[in-house]
Order: sequence, then C-alpha cells, then structure tokens
Amino acid sequence: MFGFKLDRAPAPLWMRAAIPLVAVVITFVLVSVLTIAAGANPLAAFFELLINPLTRNTARLDILVLATPIILTGVAVTLAFACGYYNIGAEGQLYAGAIAAAWVGTLVESLSPWLAIPLMLLVGFIAGALWALVPALLKVRLKVDEVVTTLLLNSVMLFIVSALLNGPWRDSESGWPQSPTIATAAQFPQLIERSRVHFGLLVALVAAVLIWWLLTRTRFGLELRAVGKNRDAAQFLGIRVNRMVLSAALLSGGIAGLAGVGEVAGMQYHLIESLSNSFGYTGIIVATLGALTIPGALLAALFLALISRGALSASRELSVPVYLGDVIQATLLLVMLATLLLDRYRIRRSDTPRSA
Amino acid sequence: MEDFLLPLLGATFRISTPILLGALGETVAERAGVLNLGIEGTMLLSAFSGFVVAQATGSLLAGLLAALLTGVLLNLLLGVLAVTLGLNQHVSGLGITLLATGLALFGFRLLYGGASVPPKLDEALPQLTLLAGTPLEPVFSQYGITYIALLLVPIIGWLLYRTAFGLRLRAVGENPEAADTAGINVYLLRYLALIIGGALMGLGGAFLSLAQLGAFTHGIVNGRGWVAIAVVIFGNWQPRKVLVGALLFGGLQALQLRLQAQQVPVPYELLLALPYLLTIVAIAFAGRNASYPAALLKPYKREG
Repeated sequence: MFGFKLDRAPAPLWMRAAIPLVAVVITFVLVSVLTIAAGANPLAAFFELLINPLTRNTARLDILVLATPIILTGVAVTLAFACGYYNIGAEGQLYAGAIAAAWVGTLVESLSPWLAIPLMLLVGFIAGALWALVPALLKVRLKVDEVVTTLLLNSVMLFIVSALLNGPWRDSESGWPQSPTIATAAQFPQLIERSRVHFGLLVALVAAVLIWWLLTRTRFGLELRAVGKNRDAAQFLGIRVNRMVLSAALLSGGIAGLAGVGEVAGMQYHLIESLSNSFGYTGIIVATLGALTIPGALLAALFLALISRGALSASRELSVPVYLGDVIQATLLLVMLATLLLDRYRIRRSDTPRSA
Repeated sequence: MEDFLLPLLGATFRISTPILLGALGETVAERAGVLNLGIEGTMLLSAFSGFVVAQATGSLLAGLLAALLTGVLLNLLLGVLAVTLGLNQHVSGLGITLLATGLALFGFRLLYGGASVPPKLDEALPQLTLLAGTPLEPVFSQYGITYIALLLVPIIGWLLYRTAFGLRLRAVGENPEAADTAGINVYLLRYLALIIGGALMGLGGAFLSLAQLGAFTHGIVNGRGWVAIAVVIFGNWQPRKVLVGALLFGGLQALQLRLQAQQVPVPYELLLALPYLLTIVAIAFAGRNASYPAALLKPYKREG
C-alpha cells in the first residue's frame, strides 16, 4: 500500500512531537473549505485565527481569560481519563461548583476575602466531587459504565440550574433568571489591571501543577496511571483498583467544580444558565489534544483559547461566522484522535504489496 | 377530563416522535456494538440541512432526503473513526456532536445572518388526521412522520429479531470474535448498523425542522439526542420497550407543558429531570445484569 509499511512499534520521538503539528495542519486544510464558503481567503482567516490575537495585548489577555475554565476542565478530564475512567460529566460538575459558589458567595458578606475565597473554592470543589460521586460509585460497586451515567447527569444538572434560577434565585427586581450577586469579598481579584484576567487563572495553574506532580511524581499517580493502562494487570499487582478509580473520579469532579467557581466568582458574579460555553465538553478536547498529559493539556487549553479569540477576530474582520472556532476545535479533536494512531507505528518503505 | 387527557396523549405522541426515532437509530447502532454519542449533533445538523434544502428547492421531500443523507454521512464518519480506525467510541462520538453542532450553527449564521426573525418554511409537512369527527381526533392528528416512527418500532424489532441480518448484527455486538470466526464481516455489519441508525436520526432531525417547527433554531434539538440515549438503556435495547421509554419521556414533557400553560405551580424542571433519574436508577438496579450489548464500546481489531 503506497510503497510504505506500518510496523507496530513505538513511534520515534520526532514523530511524536510532530503529531500535534500534523493534526493542526490537516485541520486547517479541512476547514479552509468553510472560510472559502464564507467568502474569506483561507490565509487571511488563518492569520486572524492564529496570529492576530497574539499581536495585541488586549487579545492576549482575553486568551488567558478564555483559557482559565478549560485548563481546569482539561486537567479534570485528563486525570479521569488517565485512570481509564471516562468522565463525560465535567459540564455538570462545573455547574455543581458554580451553584456552590453562587450560594456561598452570597453568605460571606462579613468575611475577609482571605477567608471567603478559599471557602468558596473548597465548597465548589466538594460540590463538583459530590456530583461525580454517584456515577463513580455505580462504576466501582455495580460495574455500571460511567460514560452514559456521567453524560445523563449533565442534563439533570441543567434542569437543576434552571429550576434554581426560575424559582428561589430568580432576580426579584428584574425577573431575570440569574442568582443574586455574590458579596464583594467573594469576588475574585483581578490579576492584571484593566483586564478580565482573574484569580481563577492562578487557581487553574496551581491545580495543573499539583495534578501534574500527583500523576508523575507520586506512587498514587503511578498506580492511577497503571489502572488506566491495564486494569487487570494493576489488580494483579495488588493495586486497589476501585479505590484509584473512585479517587480519580472525585478529584476530577472537584477540579471541574473549581472551573464553575471561577466563572461565577471571577467573571459573572452570579449564576446564569449560559455560564459555561460547553467548557466541560471542551475539557475532553483539551485532554485528548494534550495526549492525557498535564503539560499537554495546558498547551492545548491555551491553543483552543487562541482559536476561540481568533474566531472572534475573524468574525469581526472578515465576517466569517464566529462558530468557525467551534468547528475547528471539533475537527482538531477528531483529526488528533486519528493521528495519535501514528504514535503506535513506525513507517517503513516496503516494495512488497500488502496482503489483505 | 376529555379536554385534558386526549390532547395530552396527542402531544405525547408528537413530542415523543423525534426521541423515538433517535432512540431506534441508537438501538440499532448499539446492538452492533457502537455507542453513538454523535446523535445530538447528528439530529441538529440533519434538522438544519433538511430545512436549508427544503427552503432552497421548495421541496419538502428534497429536504427530507437531505436530512436522511446528513444522518447517514455523519454516521459513516463515526464508522471510519470508531469502526475502521478503532478509536475511542465515546470521544469520537462526542467529537462528531461538537463538529455537527458547529457546522449547523456556522451554516445558519452564514446563510441567514443575524436575522432577528427566524426564517420559516412556507409550508411544513402536513398533518394526517385519522378518526376525524370522533372523540379520538386530538390523539390522531399527527404528522406523517409520527405514524412512520410508530410503524418503525415493529419493523426494527422484526429486523433485529426475525431476520438473518438482525441475528448477525446482534452477534457482532455481543461477540465480534465469534461472529468473525463464523464468517460474518464485523466491519461491514457495524457500518450497515450505523447507516440505518443515521437515517433514523436524520429522520428525527427532519421531524423537528420540517414538521413540528417548520423552521430552524439553535436550540431545536435541545438535548433530545441525549434523551434518546437514556431511552435506549431504559428500553433495554429492545424496540418495543424503547417505545415505552420514548413515550414516558415525551409524556412527562407534554404534561409539563400543559401544567405550565395552565399555570399550575409545579417545579416543572423536576418533572423533566425525572426520566433521566429513573434511567440511572434502572441502570443501577440492572447493574451487572443490564443487557448491554457485550461488545459495546469495544473496537474490533481483526488479528492477522
């Protein structure tokens, strides 16, 4: 086939490094069809998407703002997937954290921010972990597959948010479905003046470093990844598999919950239904693009945030619908999934035709 | 009572239709061992393409075909990723939902701009009223697709349980290695299952834009694909029970709309969330004994 042969063996290092680049190039070739359909020169569109946001300071800061929630959901999903636990529920867990933040945030009027903010983060983390608890227990106790249960709980969570916002939390003055504004003490400080970059970014980076350390530098992380690689072998080696899966699921839910806290306390100052722009699902893209490593997830989150910001530029400058960003992110996910297969092979020239 | 129950029943059938179609499509795919999390986006892009083609050509039939074709194409894409390449089924499926959703919204913005009034079809698919003039008329005033969906329940059941094709398809979903040894082409059958499933999902999307709404909006599918996935589990992967599940989900939604319209103070979100919770409880109770197709989520790699 094509005069090449694929051998099943670990790919050479240069190829591993090249895989994400190849995926990006293929993705942009594919979506150039859409920019042409929108009447824009693909090269001009790619300039707006990838380069232009990096040349202006305000846009660079926007990228950090956009990256904040998806670093957290990306780390959350990476952690769960690394343990072989397919948590599709980061979206719901994010909202669980957001509900907690919107609730605690209104109770801490009299506290100092030094207390109010850690308290909110803690409760948000616990809320996210609790929302992840049921599917995790079903998984370890009854061997119920987690993909569907975590996915369905996302829908349930949206109904809960809607019930809260249209019921007890409805704004009594304006009638808008939004929760009361959180206390000033609970609002995240800005990290950079005259920008929306908030304390949540620091939370995200600290969480990323901690989880990176946990996964790569501790026995716990080693065991967690062993379970993800081969559950039976891990069991055989005496690793308490169920315990690892449960820990990974709860940590993952908690971290996703922190993303919700950040969006409430750093961006909106109250809970609204459209708080998350599918950040939970984007976390799955981030984790996959990052090849289930934390440094990879960080880079991927920044790159996806760049594309989101770039899509805004492209829509302003070239009238390309802003949803181009969503299409690129999804295409990149699928292309990356496929190109990651190359990671398992070495390419060799061959003169013999491959037998079927 | 008559003014309440009969229209409620009629609304139940109407609201259940897209859920039922999606769930039947998902059932066929899962029976062959492929979980299709692309369903939510597939229904959306099908609703969109059906609407656009119907508007451009003035032919509802052309729109219907476009919707079916969209469903089939997206399922073929899932086939390439999850069957041929053997990638993670859930991540591939979610990727397809994200891609199809992005494409639908991109296309809608491109074609209709920021139109404040959503464009409507001049004429939506017609209703077919049976038993006109009898008290049962409100139950049997339905779109043609609703009757088709109901007819598809025994048809899919027959296909899965009474034909050699269905036997092979289920074998592929239960034990692909054994099926392969018995000379069944696992890949081909999974593709065929996806094609059938895609057409059904496409029909479900078409129902929303070409019949029920006669228009396209961003939120037209609004989680119905995820509902369909719950219904499949609830229905134990059997078409007849899937119908029961779809009617339950649809019925609670119809009830909720009615109660809201009559301003009955019920936290209606809880009514809507109820079937999801019931599904999770049902899975929990079935636990290990749940009749999941055994090879669901497992890519098949032919050795040698």
